[in-house]
Amino acid sequence: MTIYNRADSPDLSVHIGALRLANPVMTASGTFGYGAEFAGLLDLSSLGAIIVKGISLAPRAGNPPPRIVETACGMLNAIGLENVGLERFLKEKMPYLRQCGTPVVVNILGDSVDEYALLATRLAGVEGVAALEVNISCPNVRMGGVAFGAEPQMAAAVVRAVKEQAGQPVIVKLSPNVTDIALMARAVEDAGADALSLINTLIGMAIDIHTRRPKLANRTGGLSGPAIKPIALRMVWQVAQAVSIPVIGIGGIATAEDALEFILAGASAVQVGTANFYNPRATQEVLDGISAYLRQHHEPSLQAIIGGLHG
Amino acid sequence: MPEFQTNCTVVQVEHLGADIFRLTLEAPDIAEVVRPAQFVMVSCGTDQDPLLRRPFSVHGKQAGGRIQLLFKIVGRGTALLAQTRVGQDLSLVGPLGRAFRPPPPTGEVCLVGGGLGIAPLFFLAQRLLEQGRIPLVLLGAGSAVELRQLRQDFHELGCPVHLSTVDGSLGHHGLVTELLPALSDKVGKLYTCGPVPMMAAVARFCGDRIACEVSLETHMACGLGACLGCAIPVPGRSDAYWHVCKHGPVFDAAEVVWP
Repeated sequence: MTIYNRADSPDLSVHIGALRLANPVMTASGTFGYGAEFAGLLDLSSLGAIIVKGISLAPRAGNPPPRIVETACGMLNAIGLENVGLERFLKEKMPYLRQCGTPVVVNILGDSVDEYALLATRLAGVEGVAALEVNISCPNVRMGGVAFGAEPQMAAAVVRAVKEQAGQPVIVKLSPNVTDIALMARAVEDAGADALSLINTLIGMAIDIHTRRPKLANRTGGLSGPAIKPIALRMVWQVAQAVSIPVIGIGGIATAEDALEFILAGASAVQVGTANFYNPRATQEVLDGISAYLRQHHEPSLQAIIGGLHG
Repeated sequence: MPEFQTNCTVVQVEHLGADIFRLTLEAPDIAEVVRPAQFVMVSCGTDQDPLLRRPFSVHGKQAGGRIQLLFKIVGRGTALLAQTRVGQDLSLVGPLGRAFRPPPPTGEVCLVGGGLGIAPLFFLAQRLLEQGRIPLVLLGAGSAVELRQLRQDFHELGCPVHLSTVDGSLGHHGLVTELLPALSDKVGKLYTCGPVPMMAAVARFCGDRIACEVSLETHMACGLGACLGCAIPVPGRSDAYWHVCKHGPVFDAAEVVWP
């Protein structure tokens, strides 16, 4: 039995493969810019990790507007992977991120296996990059636009190529837009992934009945926010049982209670996403609440409750 | 620029007529640093529906660290906001975005506002008067009920005001842009905010003769430059977008693709 003083702060550190984080609260890619956007409202050094907006080799302008629409307890987005591209990211964004002292996870995206591999190569030796997160929800241009994450074999090919080149642990971010997410998780684990993060957005739609047009210029978009939490939680619970690598929970996490549900379901860490938009301090509140819960339940560490779901 | 996420107490709720409301809030941190056309993101509900904050430009500043927001009920967020009571706290994030730039030292200054676009122009008029500049104000709306209080407020500041209403119930019968040709040729700077067709007409009128700044409004999830939802096209480029929250909401008229 562990002997500890109730007044002690619980140990919040987590291991995601070889990646050690001071706490389990990260920012979901695409909801936190490149970090600096939130620096006026939040102490970035308190975060477990910052996961930056997905980076491609070349800059991408993104989709025409309208790009976002609010839905019941959530939102749809079709930003179109707008990002500054690898060169500008390294030159303009990394220096700031490096001096924050927070582990930086670079989310990478491409439209071919080669592009993913090249991104991993170029990021391999970059100081301050603690891990890669592979976004496999992008369309595979050579396969007629089918998302890499929709096909176990295509997803595995991307993961193998990235793992061969990567100098950091590789997290693979799973799409929920599949028939069997546990099957996808195992395929990606077998291909060498160090950890999994899930879920990405669910594809959805909204229509303006007065103009009879889709509310998004792209017609469909990714649904996020509290509306998707029950689905995300179910998928994390399924995947945590199906694989032996660490799982990071994402999907509608806005409070410590939300995060704790994911942790009990088997997530070693969590990402706060859409909540950053409407509560820029959400990550800090989630972290404080997890700490309070552990003290209240006399748990010495976060590790002690991961996957601690009864029944 | 400092930014704050802060709970602000509502000290006055005014129903100005039609569906237009004005809130006065105790927001000392924001009031101290906010500049005209900057905006705040306001939580309109207390739960997760509606989920996102709504952007509102600061309408005016009052002594004692108070700011005012002017809005019209256009959806669920603003409908909830209209039910706010004195003494209640609202969560604000801000001030955000780029402000109007000061006018050149000489020449007349004109403000052209349409509908709720009048909101940031009142704050701009306050600021200009502090600097000893008296702007000429042109205001347009659908009907008199939308303009009466605002006309009085601009008068009390000491600004000459010309009005137009679409239904002819107050001032010129027609569009506010129809008042533009009567402007003095001494106008060296024009600031505008309102419906896009109105601002487009103002921009056309100014051409390259009169410096013109516009304040745009879009949907946005965060206001911080993270969601990238508030994209608008950059003129002459098919591969680039401005983000209204960061590059704007103020733009030079020439930086905007007008319909």
